[in-house]
Amino acid sequence: MTLSIDDVKQIANLAHIEVSEDDVNSALNQLSDIFKLIETMQAVDTFQVEPMSHAQDVIQRLREDQVIESDQHELYQSVAPHVENDLYLVPKVIE
Amino acid sequence: MLNDSLKQLSQRLENKEISSVELTKEFLSRINKLNSQLNAFITVDEERSLEQARVADQKITAGTATPLTGIPVAQKDIFCTEGWLTTCGSKMLSNFVSPYDAGVIERFKAVGAVNIGKTNMDEFAMGSSNETSFYGPVKNPWDSHAVPGGSSGGSACAVAARMAPVATGTDTGGSIRQPAALCGISGIKPTYGTVSRYGMIAFASSLDQGGPMAKSAEDLALMLNVMVGFDARDSTSLQCEAEDYARDLETPLSGLRIGLPKEYFAEGMNGDVERAVDKALEEYRKLGAETIEVSLPNSPLSIPVYYVLAPAEASSNLSRFDGVRYGYRAESYRNLEEMYRKTRAEGFGAEVKRRILIGTYVLSHGYYDAYYLQAQKVRRLIAQDFKQAFTQCDVIMGPTAPTVAFDIGEKSSDPVQMYLSDIYTSAASLAGLPGMSIPVGFGEKSRPVGLHIIGNYFSESLMLNVAHQYQQATDWHQKMPNL
Repeated sequence: MTLSIDDVKQIANLAHIEVSEDDVNSALNQLSDIFKLIETMQAVDTFQVEPMSHAQDVIQRLREDQVIESDQHELYQSVAPHVENDLYLVPKVIE
Repeated sequence: MLNDSLKQLSQRLENKEISSVELTKEFLSRINKLNSQLNAFITVDEERSLEQARVADQKITAGTATPLTGIPVAQKDIFCTEGWLTTCGSKMLSNFVSPYDAGVIERFKAVGAVNIGKTNMDEFAMGSSNETSFYGPVKNPWDSHAVPGGSSGGSACAVAARMAPVATGTDTGGSIRQPAALCGISGIKPTYGTVSRYGMIAFASSLDQGGPMAKSAEDLALMLNVMVGFDARDSTSLQCEAEDYARDLETPLSGLRIGLPKEYFAEGMNGDVERAVDKALEEYRKLGAETIEVSLPNSPLSIPVYYVLAPAEASSNLSRFDGVRYGYRAESYRNLEEMYRKTRAEGFGAEVKRRILIGTYVLSHGYYDAYYLQAQKVRRLIAQDFKQAFTQCDVIMGPTAPTVAFDIGEKSSDPVQMYLSDIYTSAASLAGLPGMSIPVGFGEKSRPVGLHIIGNYFSESLMLNVAHQYQQATDWHQKMPNL
């Protein structure tokens, strides 16, 4: 697989990261090298091998549907960039 | 006293030879003296540390002390710590004072340990040299031109330079073991799921695991006794019986079967590392162990697999940093979309962005099967190799890293070369197995060499026994740099 400049721009777009033209060029070279390394695993025959998503074969733990946290929104919002009337402020989305 | 074991320090506190306040001041003054040259700590807060020491002294006087009461512990800056700046080595969190404690921090608080400071690290734990930190590189205390390893490089440096008796680290693909090796200290990544990930800022959730870093295996055992335990707030925390990790330290090693993977002793390892590892294995044979060749045929694939899975998980985990609820927000933007893009472009460093891009790509439409699913399948093959090997041996040994510490700047412009620093450590991470590193001598330029010990699931007490017996017969773990 060969990555193109447009691929890099498209990935950066999906990842919500602004990249300059210079960044795109250096990212392209480095990502191409990394994918060369990654692609060595593609030759492995994995027919009928079950994907391993987790280190331990455990089932998702469930708990009782009870309130266990108290309301601490003021504390948690104290570290936010902009808060007003208990709401996180962001630029206007709907005109 | 700087070279004392935890047991010795605890004894001194119990005998009232010294108070926790005095002990804390001793290490704070060591930090004051050395941190400007080594850069191991991001945050030191003398008043908060001394307040914890005063509380510990009351516990000691009241007779309610446990082995870590009053002991200064350096905390990796990845653990959220209430009231402390918690940066994860990133500009993104450079203004983040955590409103709550991580599970690990709570456990240290509960036993009355003293937080001596927050240690420097690669940004979001992504790196093997500590050079990706927003707060600048950490220096290796054995040689200031060398990296300390990463990502827990600040913790490794702090322990090696005796700025703290013990520290915490986290390990996703080798981030406890590789810096421990490069700084000449001991470190263990326990079985995945044993140490709570609650409040431990996430990088790759199916791999991230906290663990201790210390001078000796004995100290690691006492640290694990505090750190391990079920936490309902971590969905992958395992419900296991509490155990004393120091219980088997004194067991003789006669009859121990040490597996040596032929793939680890093939090409790639530097001669100086090989000589130190061979000498350590010779010592183990003297102690009554036998060494047998085993094979981990898929282990050369662990780096490619790791660099699909870890970035994939990271790209998802790090999507929470968008400048809305916490952390950095860009200065100027015209709309919401631009706020996200600029915040993430300015708040993340180059390596973090690179990994987010890799992860976004391998998870994107049309590439998921070829990369992500294939990597998960090969991950199973890697885990099965270990299962097979452990039918023939009790522990697996090899080098922790292929070379001694490299120079600062040597690999920072070549990500692939940097990634290969974790060639021996990432396989155990993918399998979820416990792994540790202990110092076994010095290589080129008198820089430390680490021996990697991999155990079966939940065999930490055996691994600590294996390491402790070696440390009873040798004194590499007591060597300290001239500073």
